[in-house]
This record gives sequence, structure tokens and C-alpha cells, in this order.
Amino acid sequence: MSPPLTSLDRPNSYIGRSVPRPNAKRLLAGRGRYVTDIRLPRMLYAAFLRTPYAHARITGIEVDAARALAGVHLVATGADLAKICTPWTGTLDHFKGMTSEPQLPLPLDRVVWAGQAVIAVVAESRAIAEDALELISVDYEELPAVVDLDAARRPGMPLVNPVAASNICFRTQLDSGRVDEAFASAAHVIEEEFSFGRHTPVTLEPRAIVADYDSESGALTVHHATQTPYQFQDLYARHYGIPEASVRVIAPDIGGSFGMKLHVYHEDMAVVGLSILLGRPVKYVADRIESFVSDIHARDHHVRARMAVDADGKILAMDVHDATAIGAFSTYPRTSVVEGNQVIRLIGAPYDFKSYRAALEVVFQNKVQTSQYRAVGHPIACAVTERMVDLAAARVGLDPFAMRARNVIVDSAYPTASPTGYRFEALSHEVCLRRLRGIMDYDALRAEQAELRRRGIYRGIGIATFVEITNPSPAFYGVGGARISSQDGATVSLTPSGEVRCAISVTEQGQGTEAIIGQIVADQLGLAQEHVKIITGDTEVTPHGGATWACRGAGIGGETALQAARKLKANILEIAALVLQEQPAALDVVDGQITSVATGQPRIPVAEIARIAYFRSDTLPPGTQAQLTVSHHFAPQGYPFAFTNGIQGCYLEVDVETGFIKLLKHYVVEDCGRIINPMLVDEQLRGGVVQGLGAALFEECRYGETGQLLNGSMADYLVPMAMEMPDITIDHVETPTADTILGAKGCGEAGTAAASACVLNAVNDALMPFGASINTIPITPARVLKALNRF
Amino acid sequence: MSPPVDIETEEQVRIRLIVNGRKVACDVAPRDTLVDCLRQQLELTGTHAGCEMGACGACLVQLDGAAVHGCLMFAVQADGARIDTIEGLSESGVIADLQAEFHRRNALQCGFCTPGMLITAHELLTHVARPSRETIRDALSGNFCRCTGYEAIVDAIAAVAAARAATASQGAEGSSP
Repeated sequence: MSPPLTSLDRPNSYIGRSVPRPNAKRLLAGRGRYVTDIRLPRMLYAAFLRTPYAHARITGIEVDAARALAGVHLVATGADLAKICTPWTGTLDHFKGMTSEPQLPLPLDRVVWAGQAVIAVVAESRAIAEDALELISVDYEELPAVVDLDAARRPGMPLVNPVAASNICFRTQLDSGRVDEAFASAAHVIEEEFSFGRHTPVTLEPRAIVADYDSESGALTVHHATQTPYQFQDLYARHYGIPEASVRVIAPDIGGSFGMKLHVYHEDMAVVGLSILLGRPVKYVADRIESFVSDIHARDHHVRARMAVDADGKILAMDVHDATAIGAFSTYPRTSVVEGNQVIRLIGAPYDFKSYRAALEVVFQNKVQTSQYRAVGHPIACAVTERMVDLAAARVGLDPFAMRARNVIVDSAYPTASPTGYRFEALSHEVCLRRLRGIMDYDALRAEQAELRRRGIYRGIGIATFVEITNPSPAFYGVGGARISSQDGATVSLTPSGEVRCAISVTEQGQGTEAIIGQIVADQLGLAQEHVKIITGDTEVTPHGGATWACRGAGIGGETALQAARKLKANILEIAALVLQEQPAALDVVDGQITSVATGQPRIPVAEIARIAYFRSDTLPPGTQAQLTVSHHFAPQGYPFAFTNGIQGCYLEVDVETGFIKLLKHYVVEDCGRIINPMLVDEQLRGGVVQGLGAALFEECRYGETGQLLNGSMADYLVPMAMEMPDITIDHVETPTADTILGAKGCGEAGTAAASACVLNAVNDALMPFGASINTIPITPARVLKALNRF
Repeated sequence: MSPPVDIETEEQVRIRLIVNGRKVACDVAPRDTLVDCLRQQLELTGTHAGCEMGACGACLVQLDGAAVHGCLMFAVQADGARIDTIEGLSESGVIADLQAEFHRRNALQCGFCTPGMLITAHELLTHVARPSRETIRDALSGNFCRCTGYEAIVDAIAAVAAARAATASQGAEGSSP
């Protein structure tokens, strides 16, 4: 007997189907068009002189020799660009009391981190521009640099911003009440301190920009390797005083972003100014060393945590303090406090307890800015929470699964809220826990672990439950005064040949946006996916929208596409009804044919309706104007965020002689609501997990005492490679959000959210026979040996 | 103001290459790398510069049939060599099965590392007919991918190796008396 028919058995049913990405073939043939590939007529190349000092006053600049070099068109200082660009400040109104220094493309008189761009040269080639840099001399008076996070917080330390009162950017606290009482009555109190190293996204394509200002028309076109073209359209317009409609930002193929390519960088802003000053296209591509010292870093946190637990292992309360160092200023326009804010609000999120107190201190230091990077705040919150839960389980004498089963918010409890104020619509921790136990074959792993331990082989099993923030509403940035859209827009047209073109504001960086939007539009319109063309990443041709950040592409962009396609379908059926002398409600579209709902019989091809509407409107009834292009916008309402959840498991082996860790296997159970393309979701999860595993074991931006980045190259900064990474088993639970028709939530950050927590728990599990404990990430061999008192 | 300075590095050297099966001559500066020459002079943008120190593998091309880092070699050093880039390998169809399998399994996301990945995969399968997953992962140790998690890439290469082996054994059976 054949299995029962599902919705996927309908023709053109693409939602839920694993189909390959149409645009991937182009990339596989080397036909990608990244900003690094773009060359415009009369284009010039920019390079930047960078300061070697982490903190210094600029006392003199000598650029005449550089200006005189053949092939050099412009040498620009901070003062030159300050004449045409207004400063920016990375604060948001709803973070009360937050401060940050105003920024300009290039500094006027003081540098605040080693590697900051000081002077720009524009020349016929990048090589000539670099030659010219060597002819520039800058005199610096070195100032004391604030490098260490804890030192920066101490009173009397040098100030990163000399006009500020302290090195504190922002402070906040949460208190849901009765925390002290809970700790006083607890059977067990667990305390731990955690340290998380700085790491950096390392997109394979570095930051790249080509700015092209046309002085005749006053129009600015920027080819920009960014996730958020509309945000930059607004910023370039406002800071350079160009009407917004005259600014066009094009984001073609993007070679990786992960949050890194949505912040304002000084060089990018400068390149726009350089093009305005010259009236010619100017290109800048960061080289890898520049990327390490000037791309955002992330995750520099020291966390102190306490957990109160009763005799049965029930969590009663948590009390945490997060100090996070963000560099010399807060990023613009999203600020650098969002990460810390999410850390303190996500700690404890999967668990059912009422008493929670948290303090956050965001601290300046003389290093490059830290800011939003994939799974903002999640890995820190997850690692702290899950390690504390494991420590509590060990104290009470419970297995990690049993401890979590006793404490997660039960699946029947929704809707509910966290003690930090997050409102949860529907999560699935209990079912995810059961699924993970099954796919890990947990009992067999424990037996194997015990057996190997007797032979002197130390393996560890770690699990970590997580909650992920997706589909952010205007409450995220909009309320703080940032011009960052939480809505998206789509323009869907039926072409004269009966195909569809959809221009949408969500952007593609390889995660498959174009594929899933195409699937949704084709599904809703009843057309074959190959007849749907998706256009993204150009502010001139797509409606304004938030684009890609914070896991909003499927949930918000997808819903926008769905609603737009439904409106277009209604319009198509209206015309078809006139042609067929039928009621629109009696008609449907299946496989490119207008069909009868009653009989399922095809009546007329959609292409024929398009032909009539475009070329023979004289045959339609008087007064008919065919609306075969529909523009539609959608902003999330209802819950402020569509939270997702899941759980990960990790199996690894620690070599207690060398400190090396071998990842053996990783497991993920994830609930992202409605799945549009299972293959793409799995690949997003795997990529996210590996990014988290890199953070857990390898990646750390290491600084010297004077604030020099010591490992700013891909030979020194370790990233996960194929050989070190395990195979990853993935399973899904689907709890669609009822806030949208589509029901999709995000999945792009789930992998990263819990991977390092899992590894932390697994390493500690492996080291348990030695009574050794690790609470620092990344878990390097040296740290393992130190924990074992062998180093 | 001092007079314009002429710089030594503007000196050009003529080199001759066979790129993707066609004879070409390029005028390059001595300091230009092979990847500079391919991307800027010949506009073959499929070869990418990721780290410019041989650590990431995005710049891999075939030089006289062997994978080399285009960023670690000066263009003048390649004078007289045969260079095959992702564009040439695509057009000749020699890696069509690898490309199809990468596509089917979504073994790429942003695609920036992908040409280098394909060249490594092509070289591996040229030398080892049925590599283990461990061998495939080892071969990919010089190719950094930030998007995928590598597993789909390993799967795709393993599947192509299996398919090629199956075809070869059928061919062998067919030709036997």
C-alpha cells in the first residue's frame, strides 16, 4: 500500500520540500559576482594607513610625498572627510544612560585601537595606494592603553574616552524579586565564574565596497558586501546629505556575513566620502590582516553566576553578573550592548523558575569594537546556564537529562514568560529532550564511556538546551530610535509570458533566501518554481525592508512573500474569472493552469491570462484594469519575538596527556516552526554548529599588554577545518508560530547558540574522574592541561 | 611640492600562459601574484583571494595539472605554465559530476570557498579513487569554509567517488571478453 498523500503530493507544493538552490549552480561554476569582483570604468582603489598604537594622540601628519607619487589621486585625512560627513554615535534611546564617543570616517586627533585607519590614499591601483602609504609619516604621542576587561572597570584607570566619567558604556539590572529568599532557603547553591574570549567572524570574503558618486546628478551608487542594503542607503544619505532616493546600495553575491557585514565601518564610510571628493568610483577590499584588526570582534565576557536548587534538583533562582568589553566605542547603528543585554535576558530561558537577578556592565577598552555576530548573546547565556545546570545536577546526584527533564518549562505551559520578561508563544523542550536522548543513543554512549574510562580513554558527553530569538519586531531597534526596519516588502509581478518575478527586501548570503522565497511564491501561486525569479539586494528595485539579520528571513521575509503572492493570485483569478465568465472563488491555479475548483479541470493557462491582460486589454470588460503587479509589506505583530528552541548533544574525547580534544559526534534537535526547505535548514544548523565549535575550541583574538592583536592572520587564528569537525546528526520538531500564516521561525543561529555550551559540558564530563573543571572558552589544550594541573 | 615619483614596481614583464586551454600573454608587475593576474588581467573572477597566505584555499587553481595556491605564487613564476581555473574546469565538463553533486546536496552556501573546494576534490579523486571520509576531510584541511560545516561537502565528494567507481567497474565489465 502506498503511503497516504500529503500536502507535498500536490503539484507545485514547495513548502516543506528539499529542493536545491537555483542560484547555487552559478556559484559552483565560478560565476559568482561578489563586490570583490566588481570593476567599474574609471575606478580607483583605496588603501588605509593604520595606527600601530592602541591609544595615541596624533601630533603631526606629513603626506606631501605620498600625494606626489605618480598614480595617486587623493590623500585624505580625518579633517578632509569631516568636512562632508556628519559624525555618528552608537547609542540607542531605550538603553538609558548609554554613552559612546562620536565617530568620524577617520580620526581627527586621537586613535583608540591598534589597527584603526588614520589616513586614506586613493590611487590607480591598490598596490600604488599601498606604496603611497609608506611615504606618509604620522607623529603619535602614545597614551596609556586600557586592555584588560577587569582593569578597565577599576576606578582611577586611564579613560578610553577622556571626556567620559568612566570606562562604563552601559549598566543595567534585572530583578524579578525574592532572589535572596530563594538562595537562603535553597538546599544547594552553586557558584561559578566564566570567561569567554574575543573571537571574530572571519567571513571568507573580506569586507568590500565600491562607491560611485556621480557629481553631475548627485547620485551615489554603492556596491557593498552587506546584509542590510536599506540600512546603508539610509546611513549614506543622512551622513553625506544626499537625498535618500538618490542613494542606491547594491548587495550582489556576498561571501559570508554572519552579522559582521551590517555594522558601520570607518573605512566603508570613508570610501563613500572619497568617491564624493573625487567624483569617481572608489573600491576598497580589506585584506585579511586588516579584517582581523578592523572587523567587529565578539563575545568578550566575564560572567559570575549563582544558582539556587532545592533538594530534589528543582532550580529556584539565579543571580548573575555579566561584564563585557566592547572595544573603544559602541558600534553604529545597532550598538554594542545588545549582546550583553541578550546574555542577561536569555540566561535560564529554558527553565521554569521565578526568581532571577542579573547585572550587566558594558565596558570600553582600547581594542576594536565588538558587536553583533551570529547568535548574539546566545552562546554566552547558553554556556553559563547549561554549565550551572550540570554542576547542579552533579551536586544533587541527577543525570543531566533527568536534571533538565525536571526543570525545563513543560510543553503544556505555553504561552508563558521568562522571569526576564520574554514572552514565549510555544516551545517544545520536553519533546526535544526525549528526541535527543533517542538520536544520541544516550545509554549506549554512557556505557561506552564507562568501558573506555577503565582503559584510560576519557570521553565526555555534553548536552545543552537553548532558546533562540528570531523574527524580531520593532521593539528590537525601532523603539531605540534606530532606522532599522523590522518589516519587509515584496513586489510580485506576473510577466506577459505567465512567469513571476518577485523583488523582495530580504537578502541572500548563501543561506538560501532566494530558494525559499521562490518556493513560497511558487507554492502560493500554483506555478513551477523554475518560473519564479527572485530579485534581492538592490535598494533601487526592491521595496524597503529589514533584509537579513537576527533570523528574520524565513519568518518575516517568507511571510511577506506569502501574503504578496496571495494578493497577486487573487488578482490573477479576478481577470481569469472575467475571461471565463466565472466567479473568482470557483477558480484556482494549479501547475500554471487556471483550474475549476469543483472539477479540478484546467480551463486556461495563466500565461494566456497574462497575454490577454497585457496585450489585449481591449477584450476585457470596460473599466477593467489588470493589477498584475502587487507590492506588499509585512511587519510582525503579536509576540515581540518568535522564540525557537532545541537541544544539542556532543560526544568527544580528551587526551589528558596533550590536552587535545577530538570531537567525535554532534547531535541537534531543533524546532524552528514551519520548515520551508529541510535540506537548507539542516545546512544552516550544521554551519552554525561548526561556527560554535570553532568558538568552543579554537577561536580567540589574543592581545598583548599594549593592546596589539597577536594572532591577526589565518595562520595564527585557528578556525574549524574539515578534519577537526564531526558529523552532525539533526532531527526536527515543528511548532509553527500562530502569528503568521506561514508559521516559520528562524534557524540560522540555533546551531551556534548551544554548540560551545555542549562542548564545555562534554569536556567537563570527560575530566570528571580527575576532579578537574574548566570554565573558560575557548577550551584550548593549554587550558585543559592547566585544569589537570599538568601545565 | 616635490615632483612626481616614478616607482620601480610599475615595470611590466610579459608572461605567456595557457589558461583554460587558450594561449594568453599578460603584462604583469613582478610583484603581482598569479591570483592577481588571473582576476585582474584575465578577469577570471572565479578564483578568489581569501587570506593571501595559503591558509584558506579559496585561490586554488591547477598549474600543469596540480592544485596550487594562486596567492602564494608570483605571476612571473607561472610563465610558460598551463593554468586551469574553475571557469575552465566548468567549461570542459571534467568536474560536472562534482558540481552536480555539490548542488544536489547544497554543499555550498556563500560560494566564495567553493571553487577551491572543487579543485581540491578534483585533485583528490584524481589520485584516490575511493577515499574514506577521513581521507576526504584530511584532503580538505587546507580549504576553509565558514558556512557549511563541511559535512555536505564530504558527502558530495564521497558520493561522486562511489558513482565514478561504479561507472568504472561497469565499463571494465563491459570491455571484458
